[in-house]
Order: sequence, then C-alpha cells, then structure tokens
Amino acid sequence: MEPRRDPRGALVRPYAVTRGRTEPLQNIALEAVLSSTPTQSAEARFAGHDKYRISSVCEGRAQSLAEIAAYTRMPLGVTRVLVADMVAEGLLTLHTAAPATGFAARMNLLGRVLSGLREL
Amino acid sequence: MDFANYDPDGVNRGREIISAKIVVAGGFGVGKTTLVGAISEIQPLTTEALMTAAGVGIDDPSKVPGKETTTVAMDFGRITMAEDLILYLFGTPGQTRFWFMWDEIIRGAVGAAVLVDTRRITDAFAPLDYFENRKLPYVVALNRFDDAPHYEMEEIREALAISPDVPMVLCDARRRDSVKQVLVTVVEHAMLRLQAEHGYPASVG
Repeated sequence: MEPRRDPRGALVRPYAVTRGRTEPLQNIALEAVLSSTPTQSAEARFAGHDKYRISSVCEGRAQSLAEIAAYTRMPLGVTRVLVADMVAEGLLTLHTAAPATGFAARMNLLGRVLSGLREL
Repeated sequence: MDFANYDPDGVNRGREIISAKIVVAGGFGVGKTTLVGAISEIQPLTTEALMTAAGVGIDDPSKVPGKETTTVAMDFGRITMAEDLILYLFGTPGQTRFWFMWDEIIRGAVGAAVLVDTRRITDAFAPLDYFENRKLPYVVALNRFDDAPHYEMEEIREALAISPDVPMVLCDARRRDSVKQVLVTVVEHAMLRLQAEHGYPASVG
C-alpha cells in the first residue's frame, strides 16, 4: 500500500506503449469484466505484443480491468487505454459492471450478491 | 447477421457477466489486504497507478518535468459467485493523500467497509470523514487485534462520532467467516438504504 518509486526508472515512459495517448476511448471501470474468444485471441496475435498479452490473460476466463493490469504488470491508466482500443477493435468483449440504474435492477443485484456471500 | 455476437467458439455463449464491487477502506496497516485475502479466491493482486508527487488530476507524469513518479498501489480480490456474477473487493491506498484515487475506486461500488484498528482509533478519522461526505453506503468494522485494549462498541462510536444509522461490526480480518459477516453487513445495509431512498419499508430477504 506504500507508494514506491518505479524501479524501472524513466527507461520506458509508461505511455510509450499507447503512443503517448492518456485518454481512453471509453472510461472502463476497474471492475468491468472483459473476455476473449479463441477467435479474438488469434486475431490479437497480430495486434502487437501488449495487446496480445492482454488478450491471453482474458482467454478462457473473464477478467476485470484491474486484473488485466495486475497480471500484465502494466500501470492502470496504460491498460485502460489499450483495453478500450481492443474493445473498439473487436479484440475483447466488454461485459457490464454493476447495472447502476433502476431500483429493481439494483435490488436484484444486491440480492444476488447477498445470497452469494451467504453461500460461501 | 450481427457480427458483434458472432461467437463460433461458444466462449461467450450464455449470459453477459456482471461484476459488483465492495470497497475496503481504512488507515495504513489496518488489515485491509488481510481482510481481502481471507475471502478472495485468488491471492490478492495489486494494481498500480502512476503519478507524480504533485499528480492530483494529472495522470501523465511526463507532462510535469522534474517531479518524481510515484506508484499508488491498490490491492484487490475476487469472488466468482456464479458463471455470470463476480464480486470484487478493492482495498484503498493507505495514505489519505491519495484520496483522488479513492474517488475512482468507490465509483459504482455496492458499498464499503471502513476498517478500524482499535489500537489506533484516530487513524480512522480521515477515512470516516471521506465516507461521511459521499453517498456510498458504508459500515464500520472494528478489526480486533489480539493485543488491542477492550472497548465497548458504543464507546468507539462515540469517540469517532459515527452516526447511529451506520452499522458497526466486530471482526477478525484473518478469519474468513468473520470477513464474510462484514461483507454481508455491507450488502444488507446497502439494500436497506436503497429501499429507504425509494420509500419502501425496510426489509432484507
């Protein structure tokens, strides 16, 4: 939890892999889940090293944006830019984070989470 | 044919996956990562965000020459509840100077648990202040360390000026059952709040 200095120093600027872009195409939530089919993964092979790594992490098991960043060891902001690009390019499927609208939908989600917890 | 749904491999077959998030907040060293680790199905992971020491609102350190890059780390865990439902638990960065990160972490969350170490009660002031000024439902969990002095729950509520409508629960962040009870309290409280906001009589199934 302590902040620490980047051991890699300034050798690679963090946003070099996004070609300097810091604004994602869409602001994907930390917990939003992404998945990749084998077909999407096969295509991602040609999308560059970083995107292929992201694709591999999501193949066969849906992963949140936060998990993708952790497993690829890329900073969150950089991961978000790349993942948003991949969603736009059809290389990843974006699932919904908590449907925050409507009383009934929110109660239903809370109810499912509650029974999920009780069953643990 | 809609190619957005083209899925010859069948991996995306079935329903959309929904994720929900509960935030675990508290001062530095209060046991947030321990709590997450006690119930998560994966070893708690760390996501890092880069920013400069003066990086509030700036996420590209290269634009601020001469400032050092700091990494703010947040730990999180995962509980897969069903094929189409995943619960994530996010710990907040310990230091309150990273509050701007908290805003991102709590966005869209179901609710939060503020973890309090009864040996260092004053560390809880800042996190509690933060949640008092947000709309997110939260509960206070007293993490009882073995060598902690014994206080009555109501003494702590008074000492920390915790509003009577905020649930408080004792816990041991190392024990799965205890952590489960904290999370159940968060979700029940969130349901009651939501019902109250919509004018329904309070009841949790």
